[in-house]
Amino acid sequence: MIATVFFYMFAVFLLGSALLVITVRNPVHAVLFLILAFFNAAGLFLIAGAEFLAMNLIIVYVGAVMVLFLFIVMTLDVDFAELRAGMAEYLPVGLFVGLVLVVELIMVFSAWALAPEAMKLRMAPMPKDVTNTEALGRVIYTDYVLYFQLAGVILLVAMIGAIVLSLHHRKDVRRQNIADQVSRRRNEQVALVDVEPGQGLES
Amino acid sequence: MQTSLWDTLWWLFIIALKSAVLLVILLVALAFLIYVDRKVWAAVQMRRGPNVVGPFGLLQSFADLLKFVLKEVVIPDATNKGVYIIAPLVVSVLALAAWAVVPVADGWAIGDINVGILYIFALSSLTVYGVIMGGWASNSKYPFMAALRSAAQMVSYEVSIGFVIVTVLMVAGSLNLSEIVRAQTAGLGTWLGLPSSFLDWYWLPLFPMFIIFFISALAETNRPPFDMVEAESELVAGHMVEYSSTPYLLFMLGEYVAITLMCALTTTLFLGGWLPIIDVPPFNWIPGVIWFTLKALFVFFFFALVKAFVPRYRYDQLMRLGWKVFLPISLFYVAAVAGVLVAFDLAP
Amino acid sequence: MSHLDFTAARPEIALALMAMALLLFGVFRKSRVVDAVNTLALMALAATALLVLFVPGSDRIIAFGGTFIVDAMARVMKILVIFAAGIALVMSVHYMKWERMERFEYAVLMLLSVLGMMVMISSGGLITLYLGLELQSLSLYVLAAMHRESARSAEAGLKYFVLGALASGLFLYGVSLVYGFAGTTTFAGLTQALKSGISIGLIAGLVFILAALAFKISAVPFHMWTPDVYEGAPTPVTAYFAAAPKLAAIAVFVRVLYEAFPHAEEAWRQVIVFMAIASMLLGAFAGVVQSNIKRLLAYSSIGHMGFVLVGLAAGGQEGLRGVMIYLIIYLVMTLGVFAAVIGMRRDGRPVEEIEDFAGLARTNMGLAFAIGALMFSLAGIPWLAGFFAKYFVLLSAVKTGLVALAIIGVLASVVSAFYYLRVVKVMFFDEPKEPVDPAPFELKLITALSVIFVLFYVVWPGPVTALAQAAIRPFIVP
Repeated sequence: MIATVFFYMFAVFLLGSALLVITVRNPVHAVLFLILAFFNAAGLFLIAGAEFLAMNLIIVYVGAVMVLFLFIVMTLDVDFAELRAGMAEYLPVGLFVGLVLVVELIMVFSAWALAPEAMKLRMAPMPKDVTNTEALGRVIYTDYVLYFQLAGVILLVAMIGAIVLSLHHRKDVRRQNIADQVSRRRNEQVALVDVEPGQGLES
Repeated sequence: MQTSLWDTLWWLFIIALKSAVLLVILLVALAFLIYVDRKVWAAVQMRRGPNVVGPFGLLQSFADLLKFVLKEVVIPDATNKGVYIIAPLVVSVLALAAWAVVPVADGWAIGDINVGILYIFALSSLTVYGVIMGGWASNSKYPFMAALRSAAQMVSYEVSIGFVIVTVLMVAGSLNLSEIVRAQTAGLGTWLGLPSSFLDWYWLPLFPMFIIFFISALAETNRPPFDMVEAESELVAGHMVEYSSTPYLLFMLGEYVAITLMCALTTTLFLGGWLPIIDVPPFNWIPGVIWFTLKALFVFFFFALVKAFVPRYRYDQLMRLGWKVFLPISLFYVAAVAGVLVAFDLAP
Repeated sequence: MSHLDFTAARPEIALALMAMALLLFGVFRKSRVVDAVNTLALMALAATALLVLFVPGSDRIIAFGGTFIVDAMARVMKILVIFAAGIALVMSVHYMKWERMERFEYAVLMLLSVLGMMVMISSGGLITLYLGLELQSLSLYVLAAMHRESARSAEAGLKYFVLGALASGLFLYGVSLVYGFAGTTTFAGLTQALKSGISIGLIAGLVFILAALAFKISAVPFHMWTPDVYEGAPTPVTAYFAAAPKLAAIAVFVRVLYEAFPHAEEAWRQVIVFMAIASMLLGAFAGVVQSNIKRLLAYSSIGHMGFVLVGLAAGGQEGLRGVMIYLIIYLVMTLGVFAAVIGMRRDGRPVEEIEDFAGLARTNMGLAFAIGALMFSLAGIPWLAGFFAKYFVLLSAVKTGLVALAIIGVLASVVSAFYYLRVVKVMFFDEPKEPVDPAPFELKLITALSVIFVLFYVVWPGPVTALAQAAIRPFIVP
């Protein structure tokens, strides 16, 4: 019973904040509502028994991705009102496309016929005696290890790409080298000189 | 299973009661921790510290509390009011909520959930939003800079904290905090034939990670020497410049609760949680909660010492430490620990 | 699901490890790193090729729960892709110095894209296919934008990236539809699931997947990116684009169509025939107005892919063998032409406009002859290699009753001959300009070998046919 109450609570908040994301005028508020939406989605995951996914959603999306996103939005000063200026102009086209998609979806769903194998294959129940996290781990690291590793290589390529395309080695910038600083010795760097008054110091 | 309405309400009542007890104890303890913090700081600098209110100044924190609560709440005109008010609430509520899964003794946790460690990690990674929201909503330049700094800083150090947690998880074989503590009853010490003792705790086999975790915890909670967010010589008071009275109090409260949380987490992950220092009489007659408190206090003592000893880092040095030193070391250690566990078939 | 056969993926694993090792080597070694990395990358490719040849086990290995297949076609196509990458890398060495874009990441990215293509070729399921596709695309986007001082290169990279991402989106959408209707993503599972009948949703999914793959081989109507990207990207990268990814994508076409969806043959044949006709015609007509040799070759490759699709539509032993022969000959011709184009520089600047080729015959007869021979071959003039390539696929089309398709192919071939011959005309009959700089040895060698191949293929076609026959063996129902 309590799960039902929480389900509706999370669901209502999720939908409400998702709606607010696209309607509020202030972009920072929009991002904050998006975060709230993620939070409620995590709550729904929890109710569904996918605790690992719930926590990961918060850690990865809310804790890292959205922070950077908020960072960008706060510093960019995007004027959403201006971006929305042409809205009225494109609205009919957008509505038309949306309508076509809805009709297509209805057509597809009305003719929905699953292959008999599909139902059987869809059922991959979690083993009884392991936790949600362990079950996920088994699937990802054992059954689908190939996918997992390939996805890792793809991310590596993305990282190399970002560095290759954006890193400039500038020769004219002085960089701090901590090792050099630490290895400096007093007698190599400092000389104590007695200066006679009025004589100055030859360099 | 059909549970009646009364059962549900009773269950809710119990949870609420437990939470209230924890909350009260935590907040009272916090008052004295702040006092300890200031006393240690003063002792290092050869001052006397708070000594006026109450015997030895013990009631100083309560006096401060009264002062904060009774003053008028000033909300600057140009702020973004909703976000401005919510920001301190976010900080304090999140920090308090994370305590829900900390096992202060065997079985003494409000929610002993399977992914407890991830829960704490998730909530502590959310604290950054309080700072960002407060800094942005204040509509003032120093708070805004603080918001930007904290966004970068806390995300950077979360990465190494995450890797430290991963190593502990691999060794313990569970995401449940109580299980992690129980896994520390046997280890290097018992392998040598000794009774279960402090040699079994993870601080010893994972010593580099213990240090990295401690330092990252400092950075994650914006404690000196990493208090770039509120560096008074550069940013006045960072995200809290425009805050006063109770909202300010909530920020401070959240910050200190986060610190105690990190102490508790260090205790749980590396110092054996509620386990006695050696599992022989008379040590194992002392209840677990006492051991837990003592260890957390010990860690807190170091937090306070570091604050007093170490000068503040420069911002680029902070980033360098996070990304170029801690990240590679912790990454290497994750691989090394995994390799050792697999090679010697030690994985649980 | 528990059976994980890592030995089947041994070449891929080795290649990934070598690429990462090279990356580390490049990062930590301070000076003169590019030459060393390029050499080591070539050695890595050679080692991978050897591993491909000597994957132990039977004729057809199925690993990772059916999501990874190593069969004769996979081996042949992998070797060809590695060959193309190796040649492209050799062609890059001098170019990188000329254009001051020496970066060790170039070779590493090339290796990783080869890895992606190898995974594509070996994929036994739609997810493996997607991951391989994404891996190769991502590497290629970066390679296209590698020349940072050139705005065109950046434009090429960005354009390729945006459209490629769209294609990936289409692909995933198609996969999700297929999975929704069939309940599996492995090819073997799909065949099984489709025996009982094919629903409309599945056809929709298949069409999306084909559209995304068509993007990768730049078949019309998903060709828009090709001329701009070919023109903007560094020329050796363009050569690589024109050769390796197309091979891999065609291999994937064969797998998806003949391994996963053989029961939906009527449905996909229409799509393939349409794309073949559109590609051949557009490749023929749009090429006529081009003035830049790289753009011209882009349209040429669109047209050639149309011919390959003809073979694919025809299917059967004849058709598939035609496809393989076509791919091999196309690969050699393309690499040869690009080697010649890369080598042509005047006063240290690349010669890419066709009118700058004017009178090349009088200043550099050897080069003009080589380009001429390759252009004739690309046009499909008898008795050069390119003629036989087209002959086999068109013949197979006629045999399967796709006579109209074959006639359109012949017409398109005639039209396209116009612009190939225009290049020859400019070189041999126009007033000469200043002579071009002498090309480095390796580029001359590549062009020369390619010319020898196209000239003497008619004398000794056996090896190519044998290779093609070996490649299609898994797809012939005895």
